[in-house]
This record gives sequence, structure tokens and C-alpha cells, in this order.
Amino acid sequence: MNRPTDEFFQRDRTWHPPAYARDYKTSVARSPSLPLLSLQQSLSEVTGPTFGHRDIGPLDHDLIRNYAHGGEPVGERIIVHGRVLDENARPVPNTLVEVWQANAGGRYRHKKDTYLAPIDPNFGGCGRALTDEEGRYFFRTVKPGAYPWRNWVNNWRPAHIHVSVFGSGFAQRLITQMYFEGDPLIHRCPIVNTIPDPRAIDSLIAPLDLNAAVPLDSLAYKFDIVLRGRRSTLFENRLEGN
Amino acid sequence: MSQPLDYLKETPSQTAGPYVHIGLAPGAAGFEIFETELGRDIAGPNAAGERIRIEGTVFDGTGAPMKDVLIETWQANAAGIHPHPADPRVSEVEAGFRGWGRVISDFDTGLWSVDTVKPGAVRGRSGRMMAPHISLWIVARGINVGLQTRLYFGDEDAANAADPLLNLIEQVHRRATLIAERTAPGRYRFDIHLQGDRETVFFDI
Ligand SMILES: [Fe+3]
Repeated sequence: MNRPTDEFFQRDRTWHPPAYARDYKTSVARSPSLPLLSLQQSLSEVTGPTFGHRDIGPLDHDLIRNYAHGGEPVGERIIVHGRVLDENARPVPNTLVEVWQANAGGRYRHKKDTYLAPIDPNFGGCGRALTDEEGRYFFRTVKPGAYPWRNWVNNWRPAHIHVSVFGSGFAQRLITQMYFEGDPLIHRCPIVNTIPDPRAIDSLIAPLDLNAAVPLDSLAYKFDIVLRGRRSTLFENRLEGN
Repeated sequence: MSQPLDYLKETPSQTAGPYVHIGLAPGAAGFEIFETELGRDIAGPNAAGERIRIEGTVFDGTGAPMKDVLIETWQANAAGIHPHPADPRVSEVEAGFRGWGRVISDFDTGLWSVDTVKPGAVRGRSGRMMAPHISLWIVARGINVGLQTRLYFGDEDAANAADPLLNLIEQVHRRATLIAERTAPGRYRFDIHLQGDRETVFFDI
């Protein structure tokens, strides 16, 4: 059993996308050009915000119902489920998972999104959930549509769900995107391709999970999320130095 | 060949994109959905210490203000205690003090602001005291992995001079990129530059 003050494993920066990725044009002026300062962790990094059931509402995980205005959203009904684990394969319980996505037509409910696909009056496009004791979470939603974006002239985002996860320490904070098995747009997307290792890209593609589907109701996709693991400080003093 | 190590790999990061507000600050995206939006009240009503406001702008490499940034903050209370079970003094934290905040930049100006209490010094590695600071995590369209940095306070010269992290910054003039300028009682200014002469020091931590 790891103690919560244990340090996190070093983040593998060759597995994550680099800050500067030429083909994702917005990153060019938004990437630090000097090296990151490597630091050993202190209490400020191994601790982080905690959340409880008082923070979220009973429908927050159900995107089919959490913004319904007299009807249900249009689109393919799906369940997205999985576990939040750390790199030691230990579940991360009671952690906050937040998601946001476009509607089935590929349009976001956002005042800055001007794509010509229509807003769905019954779809907000965001949800949140706490993992259970075994690190499990699930959302119910509709499958998001692909949408065009300004990068190269004819770039399209594959269908995706944005995912934000906390973990138990601030240094575990992570935002990523989940893609759907079989989508031919995935490997053509400059944002996906900021990730150098094809195995790392595969880890963002959720497989169809018929065993978790609800017959005659909803398909399901499984998306496990892995956060940084904690070292067991077997051989040294604890962080706070006593 | 050897035995395989059975560690999992961390899920790779992807940009938060231009519509991060939908998920993390839906009121700003233009709609009300959740009963409570998280991260709006960092200190709560009972927190001891000086109430402060920090304002700033994040600039891109061309010098333009970034109007689609989301920043999260994490800090100790005025006594230097983190509201987290790993802090040995967690039971002394005031009820309602969360230590965590989430702010976005203004869509028109790029200005963001944080209302909180000034944190106290925190015991660091090997017992060395760290000057009062707030940890920051910055995400936006075009940022592929959330940027980690710290904000220190311009009216803490002695503590800053002894701070173990600031002292690790080899180019001494770059230490100032982490220090918020006190502009009035209880008011600080902290601009973040992603590139250029004044590029903020970001961490791999
Ligand atoms: Fe998106």
C-alpha cells in the first residue's frame, strides 16, 4: 500500500506530445521554447484537491438527460466506461473525471463555435463523475460527430470526447482526448499525430465493448485512463523529512 | 532478455482545445447546466490570512494575449497547510478552505484573476522552508501538455531569496518570471509568457 505522500514517477516526456508540434499550427506560438526546469517533488506537488459526492449532482454523468429540454438528444446512444488506474495498475478511487464533447452533428454548445451543424436543444455536452473504490467511472451520452477545424484547409477532427482527470496529487493533473475504434480520421489528425509513439496513440482509442452495451438501448466503449504512479519510498526518508 | 516490468504507461496528454470551457467552466461557454461549478471559491469564508486578488494575462510567442486559457491553482492556507490527507497538519485547515481554484481568461481581453488568501510558507524537502507560493497548471488550445509553474509574491524578498526552487533556476534573471508584483495592498500582477525574452520558467515536476 502506497502512502499518499509518496512521490510520483517521472513523467515520460517522450510518450507525451512535445510542446512544439509543427503540424498542429496553434502549438507553434504557444509552446515554451526553453527547457522545462526539472524539479524533485514537494508537498505542493504530491497533494492536490479532493472531491466528494457533494460536489456533483445525480445527473451529471448522464449527458442524455443532464441538459434535456423536453426531449432527448439526437445521435447514437453510447455508454463510455472504464477505470482510472495509476502506473502501478492500482485503482485511483474518488477522483473527479470531467468530460466534454460536440453533439452528434459535430457542433459544440459554445459561443465561440460557429460550425454550420445545428445545436441540439437537448444536448449540453458536458458531464462529470467520481470514480468508485475500484477506480471505475461511467458516462451515458451520444456519440460525437467529426467536425472541421482551421489548421490545414481540409482538417477534420475524428470523433472524440475530451477528458479531464485529477488523481490524488496536483502533479497527476491530466487532460486528454478519447477516440473511437475504427474511425479513419484518427490517424489523419494533426492533433492526434502530435503524439510520437503509435502505441501511445492506440492507448487513446476506446474499443467497442459489446459486453457493456445495453441491448436494444445503447452501445458501449471502454476507456481506461492511467495516471502517474507513485514510488514506494522504501529506502529513503519521507518527503517532509521526518 | 529479462523479466518484463509490468508498469502501465501514463495516458498521453492532448490539448484541452478551444472549447475547454464547456467541460470545466460551462457558464463561460454560455449555458447553465451544473448546480455548482467547481473551483470558484478557493479559500471559503472561514480562512485566516490576508485576502488577495491576483490578476494577469498569458501571452503567446507573438506577444498577443491568450483569450482561451484555463488556469488551475493549488495552494496551502495561511498557516502553510495543504487541505489534503498527506499533509500532517491537515486537521487544522479551516472548514471550507479548498486550496484549489479554476479561472479562465476573459474572451475579449485575455485578463484573468484569482481571489484567495495569501498562502503561508510550506516545509519542503529535507525540511527546507519554501517561500509562500501558489502552484499553477495552464491549459489551452495549442498547449499539448498542461504547463506547470509557480507564483511567488513580490513582497516576500527574504523568503524568496532562500527558496529552494527559485535558487535552482540557473539564469538568475529568469527567477523574476515567477514573482508576482504587488501593485496595491492585497493586489498582485502576474503575467505569464510562453515564449520570448520574458519566457516564464515552466517545470517538469
Ligand atoms: Fe474537440
